[in-house]
Amino acid sequence: MNLIDLVEGKQFKKDRDSFKVGDTVEIHVIIREGSKERIQVFRGDMIAKRGSGLGATFTVRKISFGIGVERVFPLHSKMIKKVEVVRHGKVRRAKLYYLRELKGKAARLKEQR
Amino acid sequence: MIEGLIGKKIGMTQIFDEKGNVAPVTIIKAGPCTIIQKKTREKDGYSALQMGFLEEKSIKKPTKPVMGHFGKSGIPPVRILREFRFAEKAKVKEGDQFFVDIFQEGERVHIIGVSKGKGFSGVIKRWGFHGGKRTHGSMFHRSPGSIGASAYPSRVVKGKKLPGQMGNRRVTIKNLTVIQADKENNLLVVEGAVPGARGGYLLIKKTSYHPESYQPKPSEPEEPKPEEAKAEKPGAEKSEPKEVKPEESKAEESKAKEPEPEEAKAEKPKSEPSKKEKIE
Repeated sequence: MNLIDLVEGKQFKKDRDSFKVGDTVEIHVIIREGSKERIQVFRGDMIAKRGSGLGATFTVRKISFGIGVERVFPLHSKMIKKVEVVRHGKVRRAKLYYLRELKGKAARLKEQR
Repeated sequence: MIEGLIGKKIGMTQIFDEKGNVAPVTIIKAGPCTIIQKKTREKDGYSALQMGFLEEKSIKKPTKPVMGHFGKSGIPPVRILREFRFAEKAKVKEGDQFFVDIFQEGERVHIIGVSKGKGFSGVIKRWGFHGGKRTHGSMFHRSPGSIGASAYPSRVVKGKKLPGQMGNRRVTIKNLTVIQADKENNLLVVEGAVPGARGGYLLIKKTSYHPESYQPKPSEPEEPKPEEAKAEKPGAEKSEPKEVKPEESKAEESKAKEPEPEEAKAEKPKSEPSKKEKIE
């Protein structure tokens, strides 16, 4: 298997382990429109992380105008410029899918101190 | 120069291209391959190069005939031998070693392997028949149904899709794009899937190899044969990496004016740097 790591290794992003499930994060996504490039920020709670190697992804959920929006990002994607952690949440699960059924005050996460 | 290499399937993963898109890729340990025997038309009735795939393990207890067979090439007896076509005019000899750098990034290759065996399979698995109802009194589940009616044609047509052995046969996948060719680690990364299980042996062949039209190097740029230029064309266009767009379009313009010589000149030096390296 180490031969696969050899190929994947060149593309790993080293800064992608600073955030965990439950964190509120701001994802700076590079958007290409024709030849122009701009940055779009997607802010939400990280509710899941899956996979290993280059195929790993994470899911960020936010409430946009009252509608829940989830976005799945490849963890090592080149289109993510940076990930900012706004706050660390206190959670006891690896997957926070239960948040999908909750709204308003109940869907908040406690901050980790 | 040489038609291709022997390789071993390592596994699949995914990588990002420069635009950030994800591509599924297969990693192959390709080469180094050594020429063990040169078969010629006079001696053997056909021309071929017998290549040996160098691995960590060699034959444990080689017999004297085996040792004799490997004598000229000067390598320990390897376990995997395969034959490739070659032009008898080509200046290669026993013991010449070839690495994965005979392939360039962006080039297309054909990959041959033995597919995973599925055993004796029914028509649903083997040919994608839909099958019958499972319940509601149906007594027709996974069988192929009628294979030839009684009055007409009152026989089974040839090639009728029926149950039988599935998989475990030689399969060629054509025109896979080379993503990386890493000579240091002997790794070839191609886009897409290749036949067989991990650890299976593969043949990786160039798409534009024609032993009949091969010309030795020095005489080449001046007057290439028309059919040779034609044969080289598809491979040449595909093998151009994306960055050299302007050059490519320029080449195409000149191609429109006078097709043969320009094409051959542009292509030849690229595809044939001297790759010969002798093993001690």
